[in-house]
Amino acid sequence: MRRTWPHLWLLLGVLVFATPIYITLIGSTHDASTIGRGDVPLLPGPHTVENYTAAWVSGGSGRFTVTPASRMLLNSTIMALCIAVGKIVISLLSAYAVVFFRFPGRMIAFWTIFMTLMLPVEVRIIPTYQVIVSLDLFNSMAGLTIPLIASATATLLFRQFFLTIPEEYVEAAKMDGAGPMRFFRDILLPLSVTNIAALFVILFIYGWNQYLWPLLVVNDRSLETIVVGLAKMIGTGDAQNEWNVIMAMAVLALLPPVAVVIFMQRWFLKGLTETEK
Amino acid sequence: MRKTIFKGTALPLLLIAPQLLITCIFFLWPAGAAIWQSLLQEDPWGMSSQFVGLRNFTEVLAEPEWRGAAYNTLIFSTSVAVLAMGTALFLAVQADKSIRGANLYRTLLIWPYAVAPAVAAVLWLFLFHPSIGLVGRALNQAGIAWDYKLNGNQAMLLVIIAAAWKQVSYNFIFFLAGLQSIPRSVLEAAAIDGARPVRRFWTIILPLLSPTAFFLLVVNLVYAFFDTFGVIHALTGGGPGKATETLIYKVYVEGVQNVNLGSSSAQSVILMVLVIALTAVQFRFIERKVHY
Repeated sequence: MRRTWPHLWLLLGVLVFATPIYITLIGSTHDASTIGRGDVPLLPGPHTVENYTAAWVSGGSGRFTVTPASRMLLNSTIMALCIAVGKIVISLLSAYAVVFFRFPGRMIAFWTIFMTLMLPVEVRIIPTYQVIVSLDLFNSMAGLTIPLIASATATLLFRQFFLTIPEEYVEAAKMDGAGPMRFFRDILLPLSVTNIAALFVILFIYGWNQYLWPLLVVNDRSLETIVVGLAKMIGTGDAQNEWNVIMAMAVLALLPPVAVVIFMQRWFLKGLTETEK
Repeated sequence: MRKTIFKGTALPLLLIAPQLLITCIFFLWPAGAAIWQSLLQEDPWGMSSQFVGLRNFTEVLAEPEWRGAAYNTLIFSTSVAVLAMGTALFLAVQADKSIRGANLYRTLLIWPYAVAPAVAAVLWLFLFHPSIGLVGRALNQAGIAWDYKLNGNQAMLLVIIAAAWKQVSYNFIFFLAGLQSIPRSVLEAAAIDGARPVRRFWTIILPLLSPTAFFLLVVNLVYAFFDTFGVIHALTGGGPGKATETLIYKVYVEGVQNVNLGSSSAQSVILMVLVIALTAVQFRFIERKVHY
């Protein structure tokens, strides 16, 4: 009996965690009137295809005009990829410069980057928005992604990793006549692949799940991301909403990042524990 | 500090330029602007502004609405941190006991981390909506008047649950890793000395886990302060009344809806000080951890 209690508790935990998702999945297979009546079904219904088609093609026919999910998923994917790849690229380059070179202003540069750790986008939201407007980046993918690209965390992680690379590697490369960029491309990058993959998983989720920033800098429907679009569909939470399509939309919004975590679990765990050190 | 390095000045400057440029344009400039604007007051038409010193700060700190939001933030953040960490610790202890199943349970419990806060809010709305939600309807049928759109306490409870639900997976991963790194021999020695499991938990496991717990506390508080904007915006919009308006939500309302830049900037600066304090605490702690 003592052996089974932990399992029972864990199963209960797994169940409680899965309930909201299960209800949403089931809801997305019924029609609007079934859900609107409040007869919350517990088993799948026959309307799966039409609900997901409605979400995908038109975003539903409700009172709110909504961007189709196909468009919003594309926007979210582009945004998440730009943020993840952008952060990794600029962090790799700056960490390389800080670790493998001595140049004037090196420490100042490092501390400037380091300070950004203390300024999450949420606390400087209005002034950053003003900067975007004055740079004429409002309503653009560039305005959506570039301000989120600078990250001290990724730079610190790569710096930490570069410091562990044996001196002999650099000496050997120099002796063979390899220049700094050749060393970077042929030796440093291949050695960093694991770290890059781990970081990519974390940053992709970070980018995909952005909310406040897209809400502010984009009001063009063709640039709407799915997380913001989904929340807009809820409106005031009225019972007359097209809940079946909203539920299908919710499933579409959470599927990509959840799939990334589950299928890239090893990288995800590595990334999570390394970035938070 | 490396001994072997590459020569040159132009190349490293070129390499570090992109990040420095973005940092200066999108971090330092706005942060400076926030501090500057927090010292100015605009006339109601936004035509001119004058320097007012610290008046925005004294006004904000004296405002009953700001104090209300600070109180909400306190209740919200502590509840989220306690709920998310307590649940995670309990589940991690259970998972640690069943050595074989630990990794499977981890897979089944970590995915909520990937769900966006705003989407988490929507999922919980489907459960707790008074007329279409499973739990919401059951509560009403049981004679409990449940409507989070009318009752401020119920709204607060719902945003706490949705925010904590998402954060448990994160805490679980770190607690499980912490538990698995405790040497079995220490626990076995205690068991041989006759310490019961409950006693072993309080006198050995918990003290050894305290660095992890402290680190998680800071992370959870930062999460509750800032990342939960999406939960509140999607679920309650700060309402009913101002029952779920937190400090970060108020910065948004003041700056975007009321376009009161002086006040909004002053509030941003107060939040910046708060984050800097939390980060400093975290770094001090990390330095201590290195010495262990």
